[in-house]
Amino acid sequence: MIDLSAVHKTFGTNAVLRGVDLHVPKGESMVVIGGSGTGKSVLIKSVLGLVQPDSGTITVDGKDVNKGDRDAFLARFGMLFQGAALFDSLPVWQNVAFRLLRGSLKKPKDEARAIAIEKLRRVGLTGDVADRLPAELSGGMQKRVGLARAIAAEPEIIFFDEPTTGLDPIMAGVINDLIREIVTEMGATAITITHDMTSVRAIADKIAMLHAGKIRWTGAVADMDTSGDPYVDQFIHGRATGPIEAVR
Amino acid sequence: MNALASIGASALGLLAAIGRLALFTGQTLSHLVRPPFFGREFGNALIQIGYFSLPVVGLTAFFTGGALALQIYSGGARFSAEAVVPQIVAIGMVRELGPVLVGLMIAARVTSSIAAEIATMKVTEQIDALVTLSTHPMKYLTLPRVLAATLVMPILVAVGDIIGIYGGFLVSTERLDFNAAAYLQNTADFLTRLDIISSLVKGAVFGFIAALMGCYYGMNSERGAMGVGRATKSSVVAAAILILAANFLLTEAFFSA
Repeated sequence: MIDLSAVHKTFGTNAVLRGVDLHVPKGESMVVIGGSGTGKSVLIKSVLGLVQPDSGTITVDGKDVNKGDRDAFLARFGMLFQGAALFDSLPVWQNVAFRLLRGSLKKPKDEARAIAIEKLRRVGLTGDVADRLPAELSGGMQKRVGLARAIAAEPEIIFFDEPTTGLDPIMAGVINDLIREIVTEMGATAITITHDMTSVRAIADKIAMLHAGKIRWTGAVADMDTSGDPYVDQFIHGRATGPIEAVR
Repeated sequence: MNALASIGASALGLLAAIGRLALFTGQTLSHLVRPPFFGREFGNALIQIGYFSLPVVGLTAFFTGGALALQIYSGGARFSAEAVVPQIVAIGMVRELGPVLVGLMIAARVTSSIAAEIATMKVTEQIDALVTLSTHPMKYLTLPRVLAATLVMPILVAVGDIIGIYGGFLVSTERLDFNAAAYLQNTADFLTRLDIISSLVKGAVFGFIAALMGCYYGMNSERGAMGVGRATKSSVVAAAILILAANFLLTEAFFSA
């Protein structure tokens, strides 16, 4: 489904991706873990074409992501951003239904609103938030609205960038369960980026660890604790000492 | 040698900046002929840039027109030429002060607002979100604002011209004992069609510059609060300088013959 091969990306003198190879099969929930600043967000933004790699190839279903009809390509994706990235000037329901109000997936306004409210209900929000502005919502609610927007057009592929960052443990658990349910229910292919090991265990089918610009280890979530990789061990146990330097 | 290298680097930097701005302008204009078009965004921009700028435009023009009448009266008195107040207020407001002051007020109010809004959208990943939702940011954010400012600015300038002349009229008739009917007659007789056309063309050009600078600096903002602040400040400075430079070139084009 999604294949990255020898992907390199450098910002100024900072080589963030140094030959990333990754394969995500259809219908799988892949979680990418790794320290801060290791290029996890750059990796998924490269797949979406938001960042252009310096070299290497990225394909979805065998087609180069930078060739062909961009609208049709992006219509297959949904994305939950780290800070939700809701549009401040639009009420919640128009954020959720953004894609359904314009472009190739455009629907009548009433229908788009009904779908938005249904998606809000799906992520545990009642219809009365529909007409509020994003600034009037708490961080957890904004995250759930972002999640509702990501799934509104029922995409085949969903990316989650740090879905639980900044949330309390209970709200983080709610979001984790929602993501798992949605991915399973929709049969979507998912890539999630997170530092949160509780999220990893709740969301992942497979895990890839990104370190020093390369995928250091890939395996099933059940094999994570017995990976035998000292980098993975240090990361999942949150140890200050080990091969990963604390000062980076 | 170091000094030469420094001058060369500055010159290259300037050329690169001009190139980037020219490319951005071309990209913006290219969306004029490529659907889809975002009518609601355009309508919102018209209201934000046009309707909500009316108070500041009106007040600026009114006080400037009044002050201009007082200055011309006191200056004209040195040559026993107090009677030219209506003509000079009219020509001063319509040809220069109306368009330039409205342009600068729009740069202060609208350019800064556009730059801050788009820069904040950029640092909070809202621009990236637009792309993932199959919406081109230039088409959704830049084109509606630039088009709205270009179309609405001539109207704002016309309003500014009229209110400015009215400010001069009020001061002249209430403070300087001018005859109201004669003042209005002199104003109408003295203004030509070219004066009015030049004023409106200047308005359209200044509107284009003001909105374009806001969008350009917003879209190219660096990360963080400092990046947003820098983008906002740079956009207003660039818009003000370009408006004044364009004003000189347009005045030269309209009136140098």
